Amino acid sequence: MEDKIRILVAKPGLDGHDRGAKVLARAFMEAGMEVIYTGIRRTPEQIAEVAVQEDVGVVALSCLSGAHNTLFPRVVELLREKGASNVLVVGGGVIPEEDVVFLKEKGVQEIFGPGTSLSVCVEYIRTHVKKEA
Amino acid sequence: MDIVQEVLAGDKRAVARAISWVENGDQRAPELIKRVYGKTGKGYVVGITGSPGVGKSTIVARLAAVLAARDEKVGVLAVDPSSPFSGGAILGDRVRMFDISLLKNVYIRSMGTRGALGGLNKAIRMSVRVLDAAGYDWILVETVGAGQSEVDVHDIAYTTVVIMAPGMGDDIQAMKAGIMEIGDVFVVNKADREGADRTATQVQSVLQLSVTNGWNPPVLATSAEENSGIEGLLITIERHRFCITASGALEAQKKRAARLDVLEILRTQLSDMVRSELEQPDVDRELERVISKESDPYTMAESILKRNWRNR
Repeated sequence: MEDKIRILVAKPGLDGHDRGAKVLARAFMEAGMEVIYTGIRRTPEQIAEVAVQEDVGVVALSCLSGAHNTLFPRVVELLREKGASNVLVVGGGVIPEEDVVFLKEKGVQEIFGPGTSLSVCVEYIRTHVKKEA
Repeated sequence: MDIVQEVLAGDKRAVARAISWVENGDQRAPELIKRVYGKTGKGYVVGITGSPGVGKSTIVARLAAVLAARDEKVGVLAVDPSSPFSGGAILGDRVRMFDISLLKNVYIRSMGTRGALGGLNKAIRMSVRVLDAAGYDWILVETVGAGQSEVDVHDIAYTTVVIMAPGMGDDIQAMKAGIMEIGDVFVVNKADREGADRTATQVQSVLQLSVTNGWNPPVLATSAEENSGIEGLLITIERHRFCITASGALEAQKKRAARLDVLEILRTQLSDMVRSELEQPDVDRELERVISKESDPYTMAESILKRNWRNR
């Protein structure tokens, strides 16, 4: 049996706009994934710890407040510290192109901007989630 | 260090991985369980059940916070429904538990039902054993939002707490078979709302209709959102624990749990066996005979059973 994809959909920082994260959570569920949703205003520390305890393969971060350059890399860093560097980290929100380059350098593997279709996100995750070592 | 040592040392990442193995039916799971099972038996399992939206997750979070503050280790297994269509799930119990998610003494795992119907998940029994072996003093098992007949939690928990909210039916609802029979403790949550007293009275009056042996399930009022009544709930759970320990009911329950652990594994393995048997090509031919009414489902099932028992 193929292992089920477990994905953490998380909203770091002080941004309360959770519509996008909720739409994505539903789409991931309908694609057969188990989605753990954090709710809004979480810290990178909480998100990384939850990712470890829930043994997820993917962390999907959503941020619309402009603080992504601080928050997203911090989540990646904390996951590494906890020995969970095999977790796929992706992000979304209103993120300028120059920041996308920076975030990818910092270990966020893909950024999905406004207008991305849901199936693109789902397909990306299916093909890039790492099988357990 | 291998994963067995890490689980026994209480490492959360190892515990998380072990539970995934159990959930996914990974071939490494049986070996792992074999090696940690000897260390189980100390954890006390409390089941939390009730309809959707009555406040189960919030109460679990509050209980865990109190226990952790007493320096006890708390493991939480929170189950939410899997989609019957996609197999996916939204596991949202965490949203109510974020205050406790960074506590050193607390581990929380969300699980989908993955097709199980009793309000839990097929992997729950062995996941409880993993947490027990990892040194968790308390294991809180939260069911899906239960209807009337999701009563599997009673088979795994030593103390079962049934949570209700005001305004959800009259005393006839409370008299029915099923979930109202499995509670060792009843809680009317959202007690700050109108009708809470009446709900509590109705439940109490129905409970008085039943004969009990030494323990009369109490009905408590809580308001989890406001963190009121939680200490009282914990004291009641501990009183129940004391009572069943003294009466020997706990020992009996543990014996029953061991039997159910074995049964669950047998059931899984036998159903895998049957499923693979049904994929054989000659089964199709036999099925044709059922379709054309030359045979019937009972005859066919009996012949499959006979064939397999003889082979083994």
